[in-house]
Amino acid sequence: MTDRAESETGFDPALFGRFPTDGPRPQGELAKLEAIWCAPKGWQWITVINNNYVGVYYVGAAMLFFVLAGVLALIMRTQLALPMNGVLSQESYNQIFTMHGTVMMFLFAVPAVEALGVLLLPQMLGARDLPFPRLSAYAFWAYLIGGLAFFCSLLFGLAPNGGWFMYPPLSSTTYSPGINADFWLLGIGFIEISAIAGAIEIIVGVLKTRAPGMTLDKMPVFAWAMLVFAGMIIIAFPSVILATTLLEMERALGWPFFDSARGGDPLLWQHLFWFFGHPEVYIIFLPAAGAMSTIVPAVARTPLVGHWLVVLAFLATGFISFGVWAHHMFTTGLPGVSVGFFASASMAVSLPAGIQVFAWIATVASGKMRFNTPGLFVLGSLLIFVMGGLTGVMAAMVPFDWQAHDTYFIVAHLHYVLIGGMVFPLFAAIYYWAPMSSSRPLSERSGRWVFWLMFAGMHIAFLPMHLSGLMGMPRRVYTYAAGRDLEWPNLISTVGAFLFAAGVLVWVIDMARNFRPFGQDAGNIHDGGGLEWLPTGLYSTRSIPIVTSLYPLWDQPKLARDVEAGLYFLPNAPTGGRETLLTSPINAEPQQLLPMPTPSGWHVWAAVFTAGFFLLLTVQAYAAALISGGLAILCLLRWCWFLDHPARFKTADVGGGVRLPTYITGPASHGWWAMTIALIVCGMVLAMAVFSYVFLWSRDTRVWTPPPPLIWLAMIVALNLLVAALAFLANRVLTRRAQSGPLLAALFVVLAAGALAAGWTIDLQTWRQTGLAPQLSGQGAMVFAFLSWHGVFVGIAAIMAIYVALRWLFGHLAASRIVTVQLVGLFLGYCAFQGLVSALLPRLFPGA
Amino acid sequence: MSAERAAPDSLRGWPPPVLDPAGPFAAPLHLLTWVLVGVVVLVMLVVLLTLGVALFGPRAWRKALGGERLVWIGGMGFPVVVLSALLVYGLTLTARLSDAPRPGEMLIRVTGEMWWWRVAYLDAAGRETLQDANEIHIPTGQPVALELESSDVIHSLWIPRLGGKLDMIPGRRNILRLQADRPGEYGGQCAEFCGGPHALMALIVVAHDPAEFAAWRARSLQPAAPQPIVTGGARVFGRAGCGACHTVRGTDATGLAGPDLTHVGARRTLGAGVLPNNPGTLAGWVSNSQAIKPGNRMPAYPVLSGQDLRAVAAYLDSLE
Repeated sequence: MTDRAESETGFDPALFGRFPTDGPRPQGELAKLEAIWCAPKGWQWITVINNNYVGVYYVGAAMLFFVLAGVLALIMRTQLALPMNGVLSQESYNQIFTMHGTVMMFLFAVPAVEALGVLLLPQMLGARDLPFPRLSAYAFWAYLIGGLAFFCSLLFGLAPNGGWFMYPPLSSTTYSPGINADFWLLGIGFIEISAIAGAIEIIVGVLKTRAPGMTLDKMPVFAWAMLVFAGMIIIAFPSVILATTLLEMERALGWPFFDSARGGDPLLWQHLFWFFGHPEVYIIFLPAAGAMSTIVPAVARTPLVGHWLVVLAFLATGFISFGVWAHHMFTTGLPGVSVGFFASASMAVSLPAGIQVFAWIATVASGKMRFNTPGLFVLGSLLIFVMGGLTGVMAAMVPFDWQAHDTYFIVAHLHYVLIGGMVFPLFAAIYYWAPMSSSRPLSERSGRWVFWLMFAGMHIAFLPMHLSGLMGMPRRVYTYAAGRDLEWPNLISTVGAFLFAAGVLVWVIDMARNFRPFGQDAGNIHDGGGLEWLPTGLYSTRSIPIVTSLYPLWDQPKLARDVEAGLYFLPNAPTGGRETLLTSPINAEPQQLLPMPTPSGWHVWAAVFTAGFFLLLTVQAYAAALISGGLAILCLLRWCWFLDHPARFKTADVGGGVRLPTYITGPASHGWWAMTIALIVCGMVLAMAVFSYVFLWSRDTRVWTPPPPLIWLAMIVALNLLVAALAFLANRVLTRRAQSGPLLAALFVVLAAGALAAGWTIDLQTWRQTGLAPQLSGQGAMVFAFLSWHGVFVGIAAIMAIYVALRWLFGHLAASRIVTVQLVGLFLGYCAFQGLVSALLPRLFPGA
Repeated sequence: MSAERAAPDSLRGWPPPVLDPAGPFAAPLHLLTWVLVGVVVLVMLVVLLTLGVALFGPRAWRKALGGERLVWIGGMGFPVVVLSALLVYGLTLTARLSDAPRPGEMLIRVTGEMWWWRVAYLDAAGRETLQDANEIHIPTGQPVALELESSDVIHSLWIPRLGGKLDMIPGRRNILRLQADRPGEYGGQCAEFCGGPHALMALIVVAHDPAEFAAWRARSLQPAAPQPIVTGGARVFGRAGCGACHTVRGTDATGLAGPDLTHVGARRTLGAGVLPNNPGTLAGWVSNSQAIKPGNRMPAYPVLSGQDLRAVAAYLDSLE
């Protein structure tokens, strides 16, 4: 791996020998770095994009929703403290339990772990910032604005009331005529967007911005967890994107995807929802497990035992978790073969969890545990999580699940898993990493109170629920009759819930008293071994070190001093702007000096209008929603306009005389990676749509309408192949022909978008001529769903074509500026593929 | 009020119905539950013990634990053995309990409605012979097949002392087999959230020994036989339009939206397990069921006078 012949990029590893360079660094260099990275002043603070800020805001917002959803839980526990209690009306209770689940899962858990990634990853990887800082700032603002507005629906009695998994037909217009269900469907639209934006950011960040020398085998275990986490979002979220889109179309337009009377099937929703929903649990758990695997070694002062086993366990969890979704459906009457498969997979998924638990225990045994607050929280997490895992094994036993399913036993199980697997690790992380962001660490004395109140409250609240479940108490009941013996377990649970809340309250007070971010940090008080404990300013580390081991700060005692003295990579700002190192995905060999964006308002406006689009759609202000959506797109384009902008110098000295290019293209560039990942998301939505189509076909007993004549299919295929060819040619002419290249490239892109639209129009019109209508049958609904979905892509392609044409007009296309056309070409290529699939499948299967 | 609203004994939670089986479809689940509880406690003890040694044990013990060997044994070897054994046990049991109904087995169609249970007894050809609501009568000592359907949203039928639960899904028909070994009343409740008053959607299975079941059946097949003394109540029933939603066989009340009331007086509870059934609660229910079970589909009848209510309650009570 050290041999140049084996080098991934042609980079000579011998160049690493030049570091640490001989000091001292020139005067004024540090001041310049500080000036470049300083946050905007005054009201413009809102435009900050630096992960030091956005990460803290992000974690803060997630914790705000944790507290809000926790308050909802307390209201519910008050109602359930006594039988036939009248604290809440039935309708209020139904809204509140739905919001508790939805807010905890979508507005707290996923954003919280994503926020942890945004805050920690650049520091751990030795990057100045994440590769797309404006994207994560955009995701944060869309989440905060949209999330708060969504939460406020409760105040007006408009909150969803069908449970956080929104099963149709209860969530259909027939049984949920109000806009409450639309709030849920559209309200989580922007959560889906921000989760995927975050996942792209994290994948590209982990694979492309690691410090030089941080090969995959020296990558921190937390980064591995975040990488698998983000990969799982890419695979799982498309399913819920499709499901929510289909249900909203059924509600708004009457297309019967889930209506069994018209050829739909309510179980289609359950398959789509749980294909997302179960991996979701591991999506939440993995980053928290990554944090555990980082904190346990730190508090035990010894490397993680079985580092590779733990990493393999992450990968195995990610893989197996996609084979367990139907264990939420054991009581729906699934065929025996599926039951066997899903029961086995549900058992198997507990193996990687067991490996991690015993790796933590072995680490504790090999070191010397410190019982400080992070230490207490990791131990508490371990115990609670193991209990939740074991009741999970119980529920994976199908016959037992027939009894336990949809009862308080499951309520107990899922809270043990989520609190043990995610909430406690998160509190461990907050107490452990606070000194990295805050000038004062959090109080140890308060921390102990927080831990013991939460730990005791947790068991007092949830342990009795196992019993109330076996006593016959179903979940999601707003009350229970007197004389059913349910009084005592419920009263005890309520007491426990308030104890838990008292712990959270002590934590809030501790934060208010001690958490002081954005200044000098308190430093490495826990003696951690990762790069995040290097001395930092707003520019992150003074210089970017070369990593030679898993715990660089433990293994290289002089590292912190040399990094702070600027003796490693990028001690200055060679191009005069924000920048970081782009490295190769496997060996982390330096590839590019990546120019980074500066704060601007456009992503904030884009976020405001994105949230506005979804919220206005919900309240059926369609014209205003369209305007808001249009403005969001304009802001996005404005934000992109100054990207793909070569620096003044082709190469720059990044320290030690090592020169790196400032502009790279193709698969080496970070934009190419982001676009490819985004297209995988689109492809997964398409795959789930294919599944839905075949599923409804297998359920529908009626005869399906024969497709239009196949001659039309031939035309659609030809047009889509033309789209792909033109996209390819646009790239080729731009690089090969200096003079006519830009014009021809723009022309080809415009023509490709036109051909795409033509293929789509033929597809749509010929189906309409068959007499198939989307409202009449499951087939009609699915065929027109394919067409609608593809129609959105035709629209995006048109916008991209206009954008490329404008860039040509302004002289922004040239052989030296090809990334825009490359990315548009990738997108068009995908559109051609999607056009082919959505035309071929419904026309050839089941056929005439 | 609270005494009046107390749940019937069949819905009591102690002893926990899951741990108090009354038939061959529930007994194996009971055994399974205890086996699983045993495994969980055992594994928890092993983990606690290992963690205790790892934290506080003698140096040599901790050294023995502090390596990848523990991860392999504890995280892989131990669970693979335990889980494989459990999986074989679980899947065998699943298969054994999932047998299709045998020919000639009694068939009862139970349809989930928002928020009550429509019950119909079927003959061998699958025709409905008898309609009822919120109570399922079965003979003891033989398996009974319930055809589960839904007329609106997804519900789930769960009688924990007789077996596991199974969902009622629009457009599908699921078969749940139950058997009670002893005569008695077995409570159950809707387990899948079905909106509004989902919390107040209970039902009771009444198991009779076979001879008594035959007598019950013969009695129930008779049309309504109100006593002459309650004809005033019957008139109120007709005048108030109750027959638009309810059927009373043998009268001109033929509505299908709500529960069949032909033998409502014989039922144990009102409003799907919400109230005990007597003339007082009947009057209260007719007058304002919305206060008792908010959101249910029956409107309140504030127009009926106290006298009318007493009369209609007496009429309904007499329909046994």
